[in-house]
Amino acid sequence: MFVKRMSRWIVFLFLLISAPVYAVPEIQHWVSPQGGRIYFVPTEGLPLLDVQVVFDAGSARDGEKFGLAALTSGMLDTGAGEWDADAIAQRLESVGASMGTGVSRDSAYLSLRSLTHPEKLGVALDTAREVLAHPRFEQKDFDREKNRTLLAIKQRGEEPDELVEIAFFQVLYGNHPYAHPQEGFAETVAPLTREDLVDFHKRHYVASNAIVVIVGDVKRAEAEAVAEKLLSGLEKGSAPPALPAPAPLQSAEIIKQQFPSEQTHVRAGVLGMTATDPDYFPLYVGNHILGGSGLVSRVSTEVREKRGLSYSAYSYFMPLRELGPFQMGLQTRNDKAEEALRVALDTIKDFAANGPTDKELEAAKKNIIGGFVLRLDSNQKLTLQVANVAFYNRPLDYLATFTEKVEAVTREDIKRAFRSRIDPGKMRTVLVGGGAK
Amino acid sequence: MQFRGLRLALLVLPLSLHAAEPAVHEFRLDNGLKLLVQEDHRAPAVVTQVWYKVGASYEYGGITGISHMLEHMMFKGTEKHPPGEFSRIIAANGGRENAFTGQDYTAYFQTLEKTRLPVSFELEADRMRNLLLSDKEFKKEQQVVLEERRLRTDDQPRAKMEEHFQAVAYTNSPYKNPVIGWPDDVSRLTVGDLNHWYGLWYAPNNAILVIVGDVNPQEVYALAKKYFGPLKPSKLPEIKPRGEVEQLGARRMTVRLPAKLPYLVMGYKTPALRTIGEEDWEAYALEVAAGILDGGNSARLSSRLVRGQQVAASAGAGYNLYSRLSNLFTLEGTPAQGKTLQALEKALGEEIRRLQDEPVSAAELARVKAQVLAHHIYQRDSMFYQAMQLGMTETVGLGWKTVQEYVDKVNAVTAEQVQKVARKYLIDDRLSVAYLEPLPMPEGAKAPEEAAPMGGDHVR
Repeated sequence: MFVKRMSRWIVFLFLLISAPVYAVPEIQHWVSPQGGRIYFVPTEGLPLLDVQVVFDAGSARDGEKFGLAALTSGMLDTGAGEWDADAIAQRLESVGASMGTGVSRDSAYLSLRSLTHPEKLGVALDTAREVLAHPRFEQKDFDREKNRTLLAIKQRGEEPDELVEIAFFQVLYGNHPYAHPQEGFAETVAPLTREDLVDFHKRHYVASNAIVVIVGDVKRAEAEAVAEKLLSGLEKGSAPPALPAPAPLQSAEIIKQQFPSEQTHVRAGVLGMTATDPDYFPLYVGNHILGGSGLVSRVSTEVREKRGLSYSAYSYFMPLRELGPFQMGLQTRNDKAEEALRVALDTIKDFAANGPTDKELEAAKKNIIGGFVLRLDSNQKLTLQVANVAFYNRPLDYLATFTEKVEAVTREDIKRAFRSRIDPGKMRTVLVGGGAK
Repeated sequence: MQFRGLRLALLVLPLSLHAAEPAVHEFRLDNGLKLLVQEDHRAPAVVTQVWYKVGASYEYGGITGISHMLEHMMFKGTEKHPPGEFSRIIAANGGRENAFTGQDYTAYFQTLEKTRLPVSFELEADRMRNLLLSDKEFKKEQQVVLEERRLRTDDQPRAKMEEHFQAVAYTNSPYKNPVIGWPDDVSRLTVGDLNHWYGLWYAPNNAILVIVGDVNPQEVYALAKKYFGPLKPSKLPEIKPRGEVEQLGARRMTVRLPAKLPYLVMGYKTPALRTIGEEDWEAYALEVAAGILDGGNSARLSSRLVRGQQVAASAGAGYNLYSRLSNLFTLEGTPAQGKTLQALEKALGEEIRRLQDEPVSAAELARVKAQVLAHHIYQRDSMFYQAMQLGMTETVGLGWKTVQEYVDKVNAVTAEQVQKVARKYLIDDRLSVAYLEPLPMPEGAKAPEEAAPMGGDHVR
């Protein structure tokens, strides 16, 4: 450790303060009569309620119609039941509720935040229920939203960080459903019809494919009623079949896209881990040291602190239902791209071969465990954590046992896990930039 | 990190609650340091923020960006703690930390488990007076900041356009300069410049220490006295007013650069709460006007311009109550497919005229106020945001009590007052308009079947 350089009283503090005792909120779980999985955490102190309804209906479910899941989600609040977009927004805003929808590769979600005042909450829930169950997908709304999506896709083309992300996923995933960006491509969004959306909604926005996360100042009986109400309009349906596993990488590949920017944006990585991976904790703690802890991580220290090559340099695992990526990213001025990439890759190679030092591991554990409460210190953060536990079917004591599992990770675990996952000979690398041709 | 003044989200400002007003405890140390403590006992965590009254708007020609550059250097060590150790100690204590610079402030923060509060106090007190600036560390960090500028501004067509817009909209106000600084200025800063700047502004009598969390105010006060109490105050420089001269007619500009979509920004010169004088209701009426236009999906710009006329693919409005100097009421938008910048400007202008000609409806006004009330409770879910509001209002010279008056002041705004401020301030003589006209750039990403090697070159 770096204790020798610290002032005396901080060392003293280290010795005295062990991990504080913090009662992690308990997650209550049940299955609704419609077949939805419900997760509830009661909180006190503020009269508000956060709700997330999550479906296995992300862009990985697009099939050939890239962008279908995102457009379906984006149109939910543009008309439902008896209400048009204005009526939906007016209902929510008149009671101060906020509602949002969105998709990731794995999931589609609706989030709702409301005051717990019964009448206000009632209006918010009735509105969300209709939006989930009876979206209209009217032709005129569909035409407008499709055009807006096409414009957003076009604008993406002026942002090198978007382009590098898209190219990286393509070269990593090939034909797998994770390969394409959530919004799709102009060529795949243009042919979509409103019937495609109606069909996608009918198949995926069903109770058996839904989880509901409820966090806030309500009692169990009220939470049951909230879940009941939100799911009451949905068909029972069924969950979609499992996604295929991505094809293992066979070789390294480097792709360079010319772009008229002053910086080159760099991504490099391999297939990483799943959300329920047995190596989750060694990989998570290891990456915290390698590139996941901001300015003190190895990648940032080498690229930014020692050499001033980038404003941001990082690495992370993105755990998904199937193997999600491990990726390193940075941006640097065009004439330094090769150097910055080499420094970052050498850092990763060294770590994958030799693992962390004892001091690094100890510091990482102190950071993760000592700061664990900061992940749960607001209703909103708690909601996101519980939604993650729920969507990936993690054990209900996942949050309660998190710090123990971090504490148990050894240097050998990290070395073994990184060696088996991060094969530099299969690294996929993308550079976007270089300036005008 | 830096904050740009242009578009702080409206109606997302935290406020006071009538029933359960969170008490703010105010203390002042003998050396002039002001301490604000707000209790929040929902989780055993604490947020520390140190706000300095210095930012880009304190800078003058040739040294723009120096406040932000100094923010970066504040992590580069003191006699007691070598470069990088600040961050390592906070990390080892389970903390998160960072800093940000705005036009009116430079602020540093840590979030920690509550028993670790002394860790942040020791480190913050140390670097308030004892920063060691070395040429070696500075040279590297200067490159980092230049990379930050390329990332955030130079390679972002809209950010670059907005930078040019601010430079034209203001004649002499320091708000015309970007927080991160002009490239020539940033690349010519020296360690000597930074030492001078640090000496001028970093002192306990120019700082506000804000604590929100699971703490006892008296204990925090005692801790603050222990760590910050021994620091010497400075004689602070006189701050020149630098008030913007009156604008004498509309200004128009075009920015042409490689981009995919056109973009429009409009700004009307408006006073901020601090510069408005006795009639402070005017500032709150401008805040409500922005809410009528852009306070949610039912507000006028979404309802009428994006969905109704379909002249905009997206459109927004914003007003910043909490700035030190007078500011801009802004409108911005992207034309819908097949629509022009001129058509969008005309439609936005018509919305301004509507605010001037007709009182807003009771239902619209009620919706804006309902959202303000609800968001005020929602924001109490974030300790960090609450601390920010206290620090920001103090630093710009309004005082933290402003935060607690917000809901009442917004609630008191009438339809007639919204109309009055629209007629007084949202007028052509105060207006600046910027068009982003895209120059061609290469094709973006395409679907894989058409873009087999993705239009790029395989190398190696």
